[in-house]
Amino acid sequence: MKKMYILEDLDCAHCAAEIETAVGKLEGVHSSTVTFMTRRLVVEVDDGKADKITKEIKKVVKKFEPDVEVIEK
Amino acid sequence: MSKKLKKRIRRVGAGAVIYLAAVIFSRFAPAIPAGPFDVSAALPVFLAAYIVIGGDVVRKAVKNIGHGQVFDENFLMMVATVGAFIVGEYAEAVAVMLFYQVGECFQSYAVNKSRKSIADLMDIRPDYANVIRNGETVEVGPEEVAIGEVILIKPGERIPLDGMVIKGASSLDTMALTGESLPRDVSEGENVISGCVNLSGVLEVKVSKNFGESTVAKILDLVENAGSKKSEAEHFITKFARYYTPVVVGLALLLALIPPLVTGGGWPGWIYRALSFLVISCPCALVISIPLSFFGGLGGASREGILIKGSNYLEALADGEIIVMDKTGTLTKGTFAVKKLVPAEGVSEPDLLETAAYAESFSNHPISKSLMQAYGKEVDSARLKDVEEEAGHGICAVMDGHRILAGNIRLMEGRGIKAAQTEEIGTIVHVAKEKEYMGYIVIADEVKEDAPEAVAGLKAAGMKRIAMLTGDRKKTAESIARELGIPEVYAELLPGDKVDRVEEMMAAKSEKGRLIFVGDGINDAPVLARADIGIAMGGLGSDAAIEAADVVIMTDEPSKIAKAMQISRKTLAIVKQNIVFAIGVKVLVLLLAAIGMASMWAAVFADVGVAVIAILNAMRAMK
Repeated sequence: MKKMYILEDLDCAHCAAEIETAVGKLEGVHSSTVTFMTRRLVVEVDDGKADKITKEIKKVVKKFEPDVEVIEK
Repeated sequence: MSKKLKKRIRRVGAGAVIYLAAVIFSRFAPAIPAGPFDVSAALPVFLAAYIVIGGDVVRKAVKNIGHGQVFDENFLMMVATVGAFIVGEYAEAVAVMLFYQVGECFQSYAVNKSRKSIADLMDIRPDYANVIRNGETVEVGPEEVAIGEVILIKPGERIPLDGMVIKGASSLDTMALTGESLPRDVSEGENVISGCVNLSGVLEVKVSKNFGESTVAKILDLVENAGSKKSEAEHFITKFARYYTPVVVGLALLLALIPPLVTGGGWPGWIYRALSFLVISCPCALVISIPLSFFGGLGGASREGILIKGSNYLEALADGEIIVMDKTGTLTKGTFAVKKLVPAEGVSEPDLLETAAYAESFSNHPISKSLMQAYGKEVDSARLKDVEEEAGHGICAVMDGHRILAGNIRLMEGRGIKAAQTEEIGTIVHVAKEKEYMGYIVIADEVKEDAPEAVAGLKAAGMKRIAMLTGDRKKTAESIARELGIPEVYAELLPGDKVDRVEEMMAAKSEKGRLIFVGDGINDAPVLARADIGIAMGGLGSDAAIEAADVVIMTDEPSKIAKAMQISRKTLAIVKQNIVFAIGVKVLVLLLAAIGMASMWAAVFADVGVAVIAILNAMRAMK
């Protein structure tokens, strides 16, 4: 299934790329795209694992950009 | 400007003042002897400025090291500046941090501004709908309105859902959707699209689509997801950044260690050079300017009523080599109009038109409508009687006491009237009054006003092949192609044949060239999908087209195709300038720094100066 998040206060384009790569490597994530300009993270994840993955995504984002808030959409 | 950014600017500004004081003070401050290095009495003032300006950078750097993030830009800046302090270059240490922060603030500002301008542009989301339930008007969210319900739209309100006008007439502002400044008139029985603003009268509209399927929701979805398909330039720069920073940091380390070890001295000088490397090693300016340019290009295009679904398509448009256009709905209006009046001798054009218009005034046929439109005046039905239609032939009636006829040549021949022979393309309406032949009127599908300009624009843009496809008759197709200057025409095609034609042309194009197909989304969705770039015309009202195409032109103007290519090329030029300029300056300053010719000031320019220039350049793409 497809899930979308807003990365509030995403300011650094390079970090956006790093977040994209790191999220893409999470287990259960098939694809991950961060669009820096629209602050959107779109992922394709295994059905039923969304909640767990959301938590992990938040962890990954915190690691690269502690000031960015992840909002589920 | 966001609150956070304002606060940051104030803090950096305060730090800059302290920094200036420190610089002035250091001119007079005595040196305090302290072991191997002399320490200036100005050092505490410099440190204070440093902490005010770059405290947050240092804090973030330390925090990120805990997360296992080594080549983080905060970390690099911290090492570069702390290193500068250690080798005794206080002024430069603080200056590097100051300019780095200025650059960061500027980046934030530019990105926010660009994000906001797109958000404003797409400020078309309706907040509520006035739905009429049990005779009362209730205000509800647009999502809560069901198909078939009636909504009320007052002047000044945005149309929340697609539907058909059942009561009232008004003019609509479609500016936000199409970029078209001329209001559009609507009246009973006509369809309206969500997102337009009602300007003058109260409208009652029967809802035909739920909110999720409405035009406004589709457009918002399209715009919000634009950019998630990235261009090659963006991929390139992300990849470049991944290697660039570690390589430069590695070189800095070598520069700091090897020469002094080999020559056995000169540590401060080599360390200084290495620190300059660290200042230049941040890739952010480069990385940010590329998506910013593309986003600007997408925004500039949507202001023209051209919605592009991703930066990859914006990039691909520049490589357009073959363009294939559908005829009806793309180059022609798809509606009938009077094209030519050919009166017989002794008959005036107005007389011919008036007679035909009166004869046809009771019919609802598209041909009759085009006659009425050309006539442009009210028909006085008192002048008319005994209207009779002869199926497949035409109409006879009595007007002002005279017997009139309007129809095809068989109608004339049947009454023994000698009509003119003609080779004109289109539908011919012959007219006669009291057995006297009055002449004929040519009615044909109208070529859009800007179609010739559109084809000329595509030729100027360097398209190698321009072709037109149509299911229409060969004669009609060829005449329109001649009129517009289109060299290749394929007529009498079934929808399946169109795909085959496009496949053939795809096979014939060069490796890098792209095939663009333009259609109105009716019957040609498979072709839109098959082409490298599918452009749908007149996105308003055709949601199938919005879904199938890569680019949607909201207005009915084919000249926007060339415009889209122009925007694409301009954006790509900016992207290339930024890549070459930024990498060029960085490499140059790296070389100069390595041989000791560039100071840390030059390094700051290579980092922040380049970032500011690249961002300013990127923002041009929006215009």
